Amino acid sequence: MSGSAPVLEARNLLVVRGGTRVLNIPSLVVSEGEFLALIGPNGAGKTTLLQALSSLLPYKGEILFRGQKIGATLPVLQYRRKLAMVLQEPLLFNTTVYNNVASGLKIRDVNKKDASRIIMRTLDRFGITDLKDRAARTLSGGEARKVSLARAIATSPEFLFLDEPFSGLDPVIREALIEDLEQVIKETRISTLFVTHDREEALRLSTRLGAMQSGEILQIGSPHEVMHHPVKESVASLVGIETILRGEVVRKSRGSSVVSVAGKEIEVEGEWNPGERVLLCIRAENVGLRPSGTGDPAGETNSFPARIEKIVPLWLYRKVFLDCGFPLVAYVMDKDPTAMLLEEGMEVRASVSKIHVIGDSSG
Amino acid sequence: MKGIHHKVLLFAMGMAVLLCASFAQAQEKALILATTTSTQDSGLLDVLIPVFEKKTGYFVKTIAVGSGQAMTMGQKGEADVLLVHSPAAEKKFVEEGYGVNRRLVMHNDFIIAGPAEDPAQIRGMKSALEAMKKIASAKGLFVSRGDNSGTHAKEKSIWKQANLKYEGEKWYQETGAGMGQTLNVAAEKKGYTLTDRATYLALKKNLKLDILVEGDAILLNIYHVIEVNPAKWKKVNAKGAKAFADFMVSKETQDIIKTFGVDKFGAPLFFPDAGKKVEELGK
Amino acid sequence: MDLIFEGIKKAFVLLVTLDPEVMGVTFLSLKVSVTATLISLVLGVSVGVALALARFPGRRVLVSLINTGMALPPVVVGLFVTIFLWRNGPFGFLGILYTPLAMIIAQAVIATPIVMGISLAAVQQLPEKLQLQILALGATRLQMVWILVKEARLSLLAAVMAGFGGVISEVGASMMVGGNIKGYSRVLTTATVMETGRGNFDVAIALSIILLLLAYLITLALTQVQQKERPR
Repeated sequence: MSGSAPVLEARNLLVVRGGTRVLNIPSLVVSEGEFLALIGPNGAGKTTLLQALSSLLPYKGEILFRGQKIGATLPVLQYRRKLAMVLQEPLLFNTTVYNNVASGLKIRDVNKKDASRIIMRTLDRFGITDLKDRAARTLSGGEARKVSLARAIATSPEFLFLDEPFSGLDPVIREALIEDLEQVIKETRISTLFVTHDREEALRLSTRLGAMQSGEILQIGSPHEVMHHPVKESVASLVGIETILRGEVVRKSRGSSVVSVAGKEIEVEGEWNPGERVLLCIRAENVGLRPSGTGDPAGETNSFPARIEKIVPLWLYRKVFLDCGFPLVAYVMDKDPTAMLLEEGMEVRASVSKIHVIGDSSG
Repeated sequence: MKGIHHKVLLFAMGMAVLLCASFAQAQEKALILATTTSTQDSGLLDVLIPVFEKKTGYFVKTIAVGSGQAMTMGQKGEADVLLVHSPAAEKKFVEEGYGVNRRLVMHNDFIIAGPAEDPAQIRGMKSALEAMKKIASAKGLFVSRGDNSGTHAKEKSIWKQANLKYEGEKWYQETGAGMGQTLNVAAEKKGYTLTDRATYLALKKNLKLDILVEGDAILLNIYHVIEVNPAKWKKVNAKGAKAFADFMVSKETQDIIKTFGVDKFGAPLFFPDAGKKVEELGK
Repeated sequence: MDLIFEGIKKAFVLLVTLDPEVMGVTFLSLKVSVTATLISLVLGVSVGVALALARFPGRRVLVSLINTGMALPPVVVGLFVTIFLWRNGPFGFLGILYTPLAMIIAQAVIATPIVMGISLAAVQQLPEKLQLQILALGATRLQMVWILVKEARLSLLAAVMAGFGGVISEVGASMMVGGNIKGYSRVLTTATVMETGRGNFDVAIALSIILLLLAYLITLALTQVQQKERPR
């Protein structure tokens, strides 16, 4: 994917509202065929970014599409006609499904015959051909989202903006819709910028992942990199790292260091200078539990006695809150035999693998 | 899509313009005649105007309002010629220079109508003044038009002459409406009213009112035609006004007036008087 | 009660025999009010929609002026139009007082704020992000406005019906600026008032019935258009 030509590029993108900077993006590049997902909490500026990039908002800075500057060598209207945007609410028109899907084509003055062909093909792609004469008002939430997507795809856009298009849908519908979208993107190889606060969606669909907060992109890279190697504490929480510990480096040896956290010593990869303050990020799925008394404590690195404070049963796994002297969160899969044995208040042994270290620049 | 909807918009606007244009009329041959509602209601003008229009090619806009408003229109130069029946006000109008060529056209008369029971017992009295005094003292209900029309003006002059207080009295009610409606109200409430004979005759069939007093000279309703003074207002159609005024006093017209209403009511509604002197009338 | 029966009978007779005077009065009512409504449609919808989408200082003042205009007494409009169109008034040179054209103008002044105010509300009621979505589909500003108008068509047609209803039933202004001239500027409403004033209640009722029929038929047609496009 990387190494392909940039399709959309933003430079020094700034949006100011009421005296405050709501969006500040020094640089953003989306390459050909890329699916860039941006995650962030509400108010992070994700929607603002989408709207600015599609030139629906006034902004400062430059946006280039395939090397042409929007508003200069590429007129705004022409640019907008190369893109498609799907917003959070379907916002369908008060007419039939067919007419809704046709609206983008009508706007572009596509002749009736060609349009008809395209529309029928698009409806078929999303499996909604039987809905074509239904009134948009009468559709269910999932059906409406499909039509909204179909309407966007029908115009054969070169770039797709998706603003939390799957939010609020029931799981079955959501799954079907995500599958349809995956299929369409695979076939058409449209470059996509996808904004969501759902990590699962982001991970599943994206070829590149960015974390946004307060109008800025904190980190952008491959999904694995961002999920497992966040560069900042804020990114760490965004990507769902449950345990973030503050500590100080006490020793350094070849290729590893020891960090003291709440009086306990934790061994981490990488050479850090003693005295440095660091943040340790531990993903809950990298914590293993077994009942106290089993195993050899002396030989194991990063193995701590822990007490189970709370167990929260979730879908397919349990979230276990531990107290090791420092707080630790573990995921235990339901199919793991240990899962049945764990109880709140129990003493167990927690072993941690794959710890990611971030330098702590905060006071 | 864009094309069709633009066309619809243009069509709507074009329609509107066309329709407006169809209403624009050549205005030089237009003449504004201000007259009273009772004159119009008598139907006389419906006969005379077409004759005049055919003869001269003028288009007459008959604006029927109360006498007061008709003369105000003349004062402001918003009418070209007046056909009214309020002699006192007319004289003032001419004296103040607003009108010229005031000429007698015709007269009809007023009658005092009332319920058949006649509680004030005025039936057959010769003096209208005395009759009105009797209505006031007997506190029989009197219904007035109260709209500054010629009829109302006549009624007020009788009260004045008889030195009677009527304003605000319980037995005196004003409808502020035209003659026909006032007659209906009087009939409903079994009251007395002053009316022109023509309107009474036209409604007599469905009206439960009788003629109680008639024939007194004071009850004469005298019509004059007055041309609005072009010297005061340049925009007045002086030629048209003169043509109309001349027409009203011409022999053919006077003949039409003489026989108007006979076939319908068995008696003429108006009496042509062109050329006569006011003092001679009613004798 | 017999009066009403008399009226109904008379109405029937007048219509069936195509009484020329009544036909003339009816057609004039139709022409004047339809023209005025068309004008108010063009002006009212365009300005109403534009205002709904625009943001500028003083906008709220303008909107409240329009809303007040909806309650403008027709008689007041008639009075002011008369004063303007008087021979010696500012527009006297046009010489259109006491003509059907003046009636159209007065009725258009009455209907336009009504259509404008309701159109404004109709478009403002649309989802906030809809405008954005339409632009995102690649629409020009004009296309966007047209699509929004179509989205609000139910309410906009109601606006037109309200405007039409307001003027077909109007009598005060029509009387003042038209003069109720027989065969020229006499319409159903002014004729009804005149006949009532003369005491000819049966004719007045007949004319009222015809007026009601006319209003109903036109509104029926507009309602058909309004409700027609509701896709099953």
